[in-house]
Amino acid sequence: MKVLVPIKRVIDYNVKVRVKPDHSNVDLANTKMAINPFCEIAIEEAVRLKEAGIATEVIAISIGDKSCQEQLRTALALGADRAIQIETDENLDALNIAKLLQKVVEEEQPQLVILGKQSIDSDNNQTGQMLAALTGMPQGTFASEVKFIDDKVNVTREVDGGLQTVALSLPAIVTTDLRLNEPRYATLPNIMKAKRKPLVVRPAADFGIDLSPRTKLLKVTPPAERKAGVMVKSIDELIDKLRNEAKVIS
Amino acid sequence: MSILVIVEHDNSSLKAETLKTVGAAQKIGGDITLLVAGFNCQDVVDAAVKVNGVNKVIVCDNAVYEHHLAENLSLLVTELASDYEHILATALTTGKNFMPRVAALLDVAQISDIIDVESSDTFIRPIYAGNAIATVQSLDNKKVITVRTTGFDAVATDGNAEVVKLDTVTDAGISSHVSDELTVSERPDLGAARVVISGGRGMQNGDNFKLLDGIADKLGAAIGASRAAVDAGFVPNDMQVGQTGKIVAPDLYIAVGISGAIQHLAGMKDSKVIVAINKDPEAPIFQVADYGIVADLFDALPELESKL
Repeated sequence: MKVLVPIKRVIDYNVKVRVKPDHSNVDLANTKMAINPFCEIAIEEAVRLKEAGIATEVIAISIGDKSCQEQLRTALALGADRAIQIETDENLDALNIAKLLQKVVEEEQPQLVILGKQSIDSDNNQTGQMLAALTGMPQGTFASEVKFIDDKVNVTREVDGGLQTVALSLPAIVTTDLRLNEPRYATLPNIMKAKRKPLVVRPAADFGIDLSPRTKLLKVTPPAERKAGVMVKSIDELIDKLRNEAKVIS
Repeated sequence: MSILVIVEHDNSSLKAETLKTVGAAQKIGGDITLLVAGFNCQDVVDAAVKVNGVNKVIVCDNAVYEHHLAENLSLLVTELASDYEHILATALTTGKNFMPRVAALLDVAQISDIIDVESSDTFIRPIYAGNAIATVQSLDNKKVITVRTTGFDAVATDGNAEVVKLDTVTDAGISSHVSDELTVSERPDLGAARVVISGGRGMQNGDNFKLLDGIADKLGAAIGASRAAVDAGFVPNDMQVGQTGKIVAPDLYIAVGISGAIQHLAGMKDSKVIVAINKDPEAPIFQVADYGIVADLFDALPELESKL
């Protein structure tokens, strides 16, 4: 079974985000970048499926400029067998990303596509579901467990109030939540090996899809700061403030 | 303009967050129709007709929609979509699951997690875990939107909308429901509670979360947790407040033994009043707290409980 893992290059989650002074976007110049944490969980899950003898090949794919090859090499070091970069300098909407991925799904015919549930930059939480819609596949989003039973995959999902398990026919789309697994670190020998694994670059324009933007980013501003509050000395004072000043308890 | 709002429910009650999503729809402006898709969901329909500002409630009561499977629900919504310029759902796990599927089937972008409406095609939404706020314009003729409810006021429930029953059944036949494992709790939902009290790594273990129970009882509060407490295995993930968990904005948020990592603040900083109890005076949580107290939580919590 072939498993496709789309990944995204994003700002490292430990780095504080700064908004550009002209409010055109956030400032990513000279910022440390990494694989989106949810995508890292997706790679780990795919590699574990291969180690368990369920998956036969793991293909990592990323859409972006040349710099995302760095994240694809990391995916290869973590255990992916080969990588595809769809090259574009544009910052594409999730729908257009899903359309490009749909073309690759048609070519590669994977039985499973595992994606992160959302990227920590745009926070959209859309690509997996959109890819599922375009390919007509079922979706197991926000997965905390993935189990293959006969010709189906059972996905346990993190939902409001607890967990929901659904059974999906294959091929299927899974998007990862935090508790699905704990990603491994790439070892030095594997990082060296990854340099020799195949990485194919394909221009986005070659897929013949209309990639014109569907949204326009008008402005990015820093969030409103909360004004600093007061320190209280005792529980009695706290209760008094909550009751008589903030009036949030009776 | 006409707006379709998909009701978030569990077949027995309408989730309070839907009232805020309708609030967002009112801010966009237009005729508002609700869709209740579920199974044996008459109680939800009875509640939906009372939602203020709504003209019509479309009801699709069929076993196919019982568990709100995205594959089936997205087909139904897509079929109804031609009559509406805006389609809105609440940004909870159900809406987040099926709405992008609707958007892709309609060949339009989705605007996720809006916290404000600037005009009928321009919306405000947090990005980078709330560390930046984006103003985004949709260039599509149809807008598919999920609404983060912390940004909008709930509408009242003294309306009287007409009910239209629909016999459409769209079973994609590619997915099925196996089981639910829901946390049973007497307490209000985290997303809907007026008061939330959350514990962090400072709670030290899961047992100590019981120290929050008595206070939660007295205040009618929901109990939450930081991601650190969830990752440490103290409590289940559905209690998590933060960028990767629930986003809450109660009248009163009490953070106990929580340092205040960016990822936690993203989930609670829109609360009206924030109280922080932490023994570390340098904890970043104090920078967003309206009232802070430097204290050992194992002393402070019993005292707070006894004095409330």
